[in-house]
Amino acid sequence: MEQQTEQIKFDFDTVEAQIVRKSSDQFMLHMGEFDGPLDLLLYLIRREEANIFDIPVAKITDEYLRYIKLMKSYDIAVAAEFIVMAATLIEIKSRMLLPVEPSLDGEEEIEDPRQELVDRLLEYQQYKGAAEMLWSRATVEQAVFPRGRIESDENNLEVSATIFDLFEKFQQIIDRHKEEIKMEIKRDEMTLSEMIADMKSRLLKNKELNLMEMFAEMKSRHELVLAFISVLEIVKVESVRLIQERTFGDIILRLAPQPA
Amino acid sequence: MTEAAAKTEEVRRSIGELVAVIEALVYVSDEPLAVRALIQILQEDKDTIEAALEKLSAEYDERESGLQLREIGGGWQIATRTEHHEEIRELLKAQPSAKLSLASLETLSVIAYKQPVTVPEIMDIRGVQSASSIKTLLDKRLITSKGRKETVGRPMQYGTSRDFLIQFGLKDLSELPSVEDFEDLVQ
Repeated sequence: MEQQTEQIKFDFDTVEAQIVRKSSDQFMLHMGEFDGPLDLLLYLIRREEANIFDIPVAKITDEYLRYIKLMKSYDIAVAAEFIVMAATLIEIKSRMLLPVEPSLDGEEEIEDPRQELVDRLLEYQQYKGAAEMLWSRATVEQAVFPRGRIESDENNLEVSATIFDLFEKFQQIIDRHKEEIKMEIKRDEMTLSEMIADMKSRLLKNKELNLMEMFAEMKSRHELVLAFISVLEIVKVESVRLIQERTFGDIILRLAPQPA
Repeated sequence: MTEAAAKTEEVRRSIGELVAVIEALVYVSDEPLAVRALIQILQEDKDTIEAALEKLSAEYDERESGLQLREIGGGWQIATRTEHHEEIRELLKAQPSAKLSLASLETLSVIAYKQPVTVPEIMDIRGVQSASSIKTLLDKRLITSKGRKETVGRPMQYGTSRDFLIQFGLKDLSELPSVEDFEDLVQ
């Protein structure tokens, strides 16, 4: 058996065999370009220079089975489709060995046992050809470039905000606070470094900070000023981006993606 | 009344003006621009617009422009010519995108020619399971589901998408060569 395997004339051994893991429990042996039993059969028929309408079934079946054995010698579970085709080939081979019963009325045409297989091969061959046509079309198409996208506000939401936009927003909020806060004495006020640390940890946690919402949270004018200075500091020191999605919209502080 | 009058006023464009405005519209359109959209905007009839498109296309060809006006995926598009692809890739730093595997292309060709087609029907032709190819093609938006077939198990049917036409440079499905032509090609 093993010797027979070694005698295999196929050049599969020169073509690198690949074991492709398709999913956790499904492995696929990929040798050369065979994508299924029909593909392999077509190859064998062409290699034998046989006529597709008059397939030498015995010979082709032997070659086909040798290929299956080769797969097994790689200790690979042969894909079910290949086994089904092997069974089909053997069935056709045995049917061809049976003497043809002369039909009594002589009118009924006796169908060649190979006919169904030939039809399938021919149909498959058409689609294989069509696939090659698609491949070359795609190749040509990849050399053609349409116009690039126009940068309009609609498809570019992230219009960068400037420090001035930020300042203006801050002014709005401070004005609002002026009205709200009448008198308040607070003892334990935050320091600047505490504010920066707090903001950094929030930024790290949420990846982005809506500055308008954050400023609104501040309880005193003092804290607001600290918050504003902290933002400026973070923008200067850390890799963050200031983003304003619409003109006059909220400004968002976002962690810039780390360079890989 | 005045609006209608203004419209009839607008309609009187010379063919040259029409070609110019169509060029501008096709240029700004992100997607291939359908003749239908041009009819609506320009209030001209289909024949006039198609004639203008042909004229514009011929103009590009005549002066051997680096651009071409072409019909693709059910619309018109201004695009570069294949000859300059190397320089363009260098500028854009773009690599040709990953090609589909032979298995996926086979599955795609069956779907393109037999649509709407179900997974078991594809398997009959290819002789192998095609589920992973179908997933790839769906992910790449080259195929879409086309409803269920009213048969046992009501299997999903698939067909090609507009992206398929665009990626393979086809005006429409009728532009696919007849599948019978491939019978001897592979031999």
